[in-house]
Amino acid sequence: MENQIIAAVLVSIVAFFTVFIITSFLIKFLEKRNLVVKDYNRKGGAMVARPGGISIIIGVITSEIALYAFFPSIHILAIVITSSLAFCVGIVDDRRVMGGWFKPVALAFCAIPILLLGAYDPDLAFPLFGSVKIPVLYIGLVIFMIPITGNTINSIDVLNGIASGFTSIASFALSAALFVMQNYEIAIASLALGFVSLAFYRYHKFPSRIFPGDSGVLVFGATYGAIAIVGHVEVIAAVALLPAIMNSFLFLSSMKKIVEHRQIKNPTFLSDDYKLGATHDKDAPITIVRLIVAGKSLTEKEIGTVIFELAAFSGFLAVVTAILMSVRI
Amino acid sequence: MIPWQVLAFVFVMWLLILAGGGLIVIILGPFSFGGSVDLDPILNSGIKVAIALLLVTAWIFALSVIKNWIFQKQLKS
Repeated sequence: MENQIIAAVLVSIVAFFTVFIITSFLIKFLEKRNLVVKDYNRKGGAMVARPGGISIIIGVITSEIALYAFFPSIHILAIVITSSLAFCVGIVDDRRVMGGWFKPVALAFCAIPILLLGAYDPDLAFPLFGSVKIPVLYIGLVIFMIPITGNTINSIDVLNGIASGFTSIASFALSAALFVMQNYEIAIASLALGFVSLAFYRYHKFPSRIFPGDSGVLVFGATYGAIAIVGHVEVIAAVALLPAIMNSFLFLSSMKKIVEHRQIKNPTFLSDDYKLGATHDKDAPITIVRLIVAGKSLTEKEIGTVIFELAAFSGFLAVVTAILMSVRI
Repeated sequence: MIPWQVLAFVFVMWLLILAGGGLIVIILGPFSFGGSVDLDPILNSGIKVAIALLLVTAWIFALSVIKNWIFQKQLKS
């Protein structure tokens, strides 16, 4: 147990400070090379550095390798390889705007190392009822899981700090759930992701100094998905991600197709006092932000707070689900 | 302050996950197709996959109905 506590503390420190230090240099580097995009919701339309995925992937790799030094296992290796491949997919999308199907298909290939390394258990565990052995179906689930988590986190990257803040809360909740289930090794892996996203949030929160870009959000999502698979906590991970899944569901059920988020009509409008309100455009998608501001226009910071409260609620449900894993009816 | 409709929708999604898990573990998991006939395990798994996909479709349909019911006021705006 002492070894696990030391590992948890060290890995958390490595995860947080790697991203915290590298991101400050990355912002200057990107600004010098004019790799900036306009933040349309900000007064005066400030230019913000992008993409921050480089510091996020370095943080994930260094912290997971630090964890590997304590617990050399194929599970940690699978997380590192999947995250690195997702970063490659994201950086391609950052450099060139790809079609709506590019990311789901490319991310499905990122899941292959998990299958090749055999870093999964084909029993799918559910709370209250036990587990079910589904060897064929589970391979499909692994291939679908990474695109789903990657695109789900990507879909909530709409306002300053949301993607990093949300990933941080979901990862800490997943980590708590894994500790409850006494899966310490993967709990620390999730803790590392929580601290990576927390350190990035420091620069990404309103008013953002850097945006994660597709390379950043896909690393967040793919790492989260890989942790869920190798940690054998797929259902709990889905519960912690419910507000983001809800956002994707609302979006897809209103749009009826998968499209690149840069190609859609804005579901909100910016008022003169820099508050976001719900658009009346029938062709615009329904999203979680549109529902939050449907009753009353809110500032970007206020919307972020509501989404984080919702993330905390689903994180609580995830921990309850983990406790229910040991209960049988 | 989180709008109650959003909170309720997340909670309903969670309940549907628990219920869906119960259906898969209790009914679908132990069920063997073919009865006394020795059915190929791959074919057996394939049929289960098809049923699981149907369950997912039913889950999405149920969510759509609940979404329209919970958010009727917002969706009209």
